[in-house]
Amino acid sequence: MSLKAFHIVFIVSSILLTLGFGGWCLSNFMEPGGSKRDLAAAVVSLVAAIGLFIYGRYFLKKLKNITYL
Amino acid sequence: MEIPYISKSRPDTGLYNAKLGIWLFLASEVMLFGALFSTYVLLRVGAAQGTWPHHLLNIWLGATNTIVLIISSVTVVLSWAALKMNKWGTYKFTQAITILCSLIFLGIKSYEYRDKFSHYYIKLKDGKEMTGHIEGSPLLWNKAKLESLKITEFKFHPEAAHSEAAAKVAEGAKAPEAPAHAEQAAHAEHAAEVIKVEDIQQLHCFGPWHNTYLAIYFTLTGLHALHVIGGALVIFMIWGPLAGMWKTDPERYTNRVEVSGLFWHFVDLVWIFLFPVLYLL
Repeated sequence: MSLKAFHIVFIVSSILLTLGFGGWCLSNFMEPGGSKRDLAAAVVSLVAAIGLFIYGRYFLKKLKNITYL
Repeated sequence: MEIPYISKSRPDTGLYNAKLGIWLFLASEVMLFGALFSTYVLLRVGAAQGTWPHHLLNIWLGATNTIVLIISSVTVVLSWAALKMNKWGTYKFTQAITILCSLIFLGIKSYEYRDKFSHYYIKLKDGKEMTGHIEGSPLLWNKAKLESLKITEFKFHPEAAHSEAAAKVAEGAKAPEAPAHAEQAAHAEHAAEVIKVEDIQQLHCFGPWHNTYLAIYFTLTGLHALHVIGGALVIFMIWGPLAGMWKTDPERYTNRVEVSGLFWHFVDLVWIFLFPVLYLL
């Protein structure tokens, strides 16, 4: 597996983490005593997930000539 | 005698020597971290409801470190791509950011460790238990050290949340389930109290010896930090002192960057799992 393939695995994992962290922050915000910081962190995480997805597509396009092995 | 396949790929495996070697090494690393993760999960699942003290960690510092490592993975792969496209300047710049990210990560981790080593648990001879900070934030104090330093008393800033939880546990009640913002509450401190050393039954900081959670936390994050240091050193060596190979054997140099990048990605991927497991769950 080349660095290109491993990077895709890493980016997918990062997207899942940011979505999970965003959900975790959102559930904290909805609990009694939840702060605006939790909501802000949830929004930032969601934006980060979208950003990573866009980056992933850009990366695949940029390195389309490099092998996965 | 010339060693074959140091740059070119073997026709049967499709890999050059170093790439096969790093993947075999990473397989052994998966087993090492896998065993520790399994240990953590078993301890976590086996703990009684509401007693797992994961709220001791600062989630925001952990999240910042996660962002730093994700950025470093992006720069490490961009630097390899830059070499593939013969862009030496871009490689030097992006890989410098990777090294900088590793230093930021280690700096934040050191700050977190320092916070734990200056955070104390005290049990007095009358049975009162407190957690908090000693004035001046000294590191790694215990009763024997106080006696050797000939300190007879000191000012202690107990924490509200921990004092109350400790009092409830001492009364036989179950500790309250830690809310998500418990870390903030835990650091809200009462006014300073003067503690006499002769009144202390037990004193220790929140090091690995404090409880099972911190033992596995320091083991996992300490091992991970050692990997970050090792990976950053290798990346730095290839980026700086060994950069001359780019002129003599560019293909082999690019392969070295790829192999170091594979290791770096593994280290970052471990953190992607460590962060939610240690800080959130």
